[in-house]
Amino acid sequence: MSPHPLPTTGPATQGPPAELERSQLLEMYRYLRLTRTLEERLVALYRQSKVIGGLFRSLGQEGESVASAYALDRGRHRDILSPLIRNLGSMLVMGAKPIEILRQYMAKAESPTHGRELNVHFNDLEKGYLGQISHLGDMIPVMAGITLTFKMRGEPRVGMVYVGDGATSTGSFHEGLNFAAVQRCPLVVIGEYNHWAYSTPPEKQFAVKDLAEKAKGYGIHAVTVDGNDVLTVYAAAKHAVERARRGKGTHFIEVKTYRRKGHAEHDDQSYQPTDELERWARENDPVDRYVKQLLENGWVEESDLAEIDGAVKDEVDQATDACVNEPLPSGETSLTGVYADPVATPRLWYRES
Amino acid sequence: MAEVTFLEALRQGLWEEMERDDRVFMLGEDIGAYGGAFKVTDGFQKKFGESRVIDTPIAEAAIVGAAAGAAHMGMRPVAEMQFIDFISCAYDMLTNYVATARYRAGLATPMVVRGPCGGYVRGGPFHSQNPEAAFFHTPGLKIVYPATARDAKGLIKASIRDDDPVIYLEHKWLYRRIKETLPEGEEILTPIGQARLAREGKDLSIISYGATVWKALEAADQLAQSDGVNAEVLDLRTLLPLDDAAIMSSVKKTNKVLIVHEDTRTGGLAGEIAARINEQAFEWLDGPIMRVTAHDVPLPYAPTLEDFVLPQTEDIVKAAKWLVKY
Repeated sequence: MSPHPLPTTGPATQGPPAELERSQLLEMYRYLRLTRTLEERLVALYRQSKVIGGLFRSLGQEGESVASAYALDRGRHRDILSPLIRNLGSMLVMGAKPIEILRQYMAKAESPTHGRELNVHFNDLEKGYLGQISHLGDMIPVMAGITLTFKMRGEPRVGMVYVGDGATSTGSFHEGLNFAAVQRCPLVVIGEYNHWAYSTPPEKQFAVKDLAEKAKGYGIHAVTVDGNDVLTVYAAAKHAVERARRGKGTHFIEVKTYRRKGHAEHDDQSYQPTDELERWARENDPVDRYVKQLLENGWVEESDLAEIDGAVKDEVDQATDACVNEPLPSGETSLTGVYADPVATPRLWYRES
Repeated sequence: MAEVTFLEALRQGLWEEMERDDRVFMLGEDIGAYGGAFKVTDGFQKKFGESRVIDTPIAEAAIVGAAAGAAHMGMRPVAEMQFIDFISCAYDMLTNYVATARYRAGLATPMVVRGPCGGYVRGGPFHSQNPEAAFFHTPGLKIVYPATARDAKGLIKASIRDDDPVIYLEHKWLYRRIKETLPEGEEILTPIGQARLAREGKDLSIISYGATVWKALEAADQLAQSDGVNAEVLDLRTLLPLDDAAIMSSVKKTNKVLIVHEDTRTGGLAGEIAARINEQAFEWLDGPIMRVTAHDVPLPYAPTLEDFVLPQTEDIVKAAKWLVKY
């Protein structure tokens, strides 16, 4: 038997959650497809050496990313989430554009960080996403501070922050979670149990069965759900977000999922059992499962999905064409913006022209 | 006109900024109901309420991280480290998250991390530290370290108003030892990045900051009385960014430099200051740049040990005499 069984899926979904209309079901599908298509495009660019650094896939985790973010109130100055490297889908839901992602990976001058940061490490607080730093767990205290501000100002806004199973070992995770719990911050933490922290399996990371147990230890309302069932994740996230918005404090949703690619594209995944990988791909792909639900329940037609697939491909094609040949930033732009004042760091004398 | 201590001046500065700007709030351990370990924030929670004076869990990374998040949202948080020694628990958050935020992500993070630092108080290894060198190396942070009551007030106000993250170091040996008459009704703001000429002289420049400014001044008086040496004392006030212009101006006037700091020697700020003088004013030097610092050991508790390790007035006198004769 494989050490990592598939999650129990719980009761079969009888119908879409009441508040989800057909257009919303399709919109979620579009974000799922966009995430996957965009990442596949990035793989092609990576193999052409156009991606400068590493490439991080969210294959298998698109469902929980999109569904959790979709439960937020989106728009200018509304809810804010802080995604991880495998939450491209969450960022797209909040309004990040494919061309921004492509430019980031290719370190273009016109990228959101002007070539200073990598991949999905960028933000737009007006649209509602705050990029992570590489030090895992650190975004929990920061999001505690953002949501503390919502509370202090009496704004009916909610924050969401993602944390991987491995990062629940960090001090920042525990400090931040406890701080948020004590302050009753309107924060929803998505704990992604994806079975692999780089090459380390959960049993070498912690001795609890479920991440939710850790959250419960801080007095936080915590649930564990099937992370590859889009509608289940959506329903859990919606419930938690609305509770947080009503002043019920911090919530934790553990999503059981599986990282089907290596830590990054360079990683040969030799430590992941082949049969396990194949089984998750065959039996528990979040996009396949969602499509099956949509079609079997007659909520959408196959042609609806095909139309979206085509439009997404066109969108990614156009975005790629628009930026692939753009220049990198010029070297001297590296010296501005460390501080508000002084605006620029002086050029060293041996770099004076 | 009223005479106030260093601590009271700091308190006034915090109070005035809390009154002036409702985006300013405080968070830290025991700062609210108790008023802080040194009573810097005594009475603040009663006046400004629990939502603006927040008692937190013992979790420095969370305190600094939460302050950063709030700062991104336009607030002006002031985070207290109960003793600045504990700032190392938030080192990652300050150096990796806070300091880089504007550069890597265009995120404004206007926040202050403040707390009592320094020795000469028999605090032992973990209640006496001077952490400036650990942060001095990090682009994106500012560090201020007042020596006078006026600057304690002027720099906390300037730090809160600054659009960048500022580490504000307050020497606990100065808290109640230093008294100064501050004008009432006048807003005191000390510009960040500007040193202060604490004593004019012509024979050598003693460059220092924090508590050792007072020891340098004491040494300068002794040198004047016993040896007829007229020492200049420069109080840096801001450590990051350093006021190169003020340093070079003094060096070019006296041609001899003694750098004094309470922090340990290796990798201390004196090394960087000496390098800058070497690069920018080498031709004006009439002797080697010398240092008086703590010995390179953790700070011990017993008075005999602490006094031996830390720089004392007589050390400064001795080094200055040597340099003047060079």
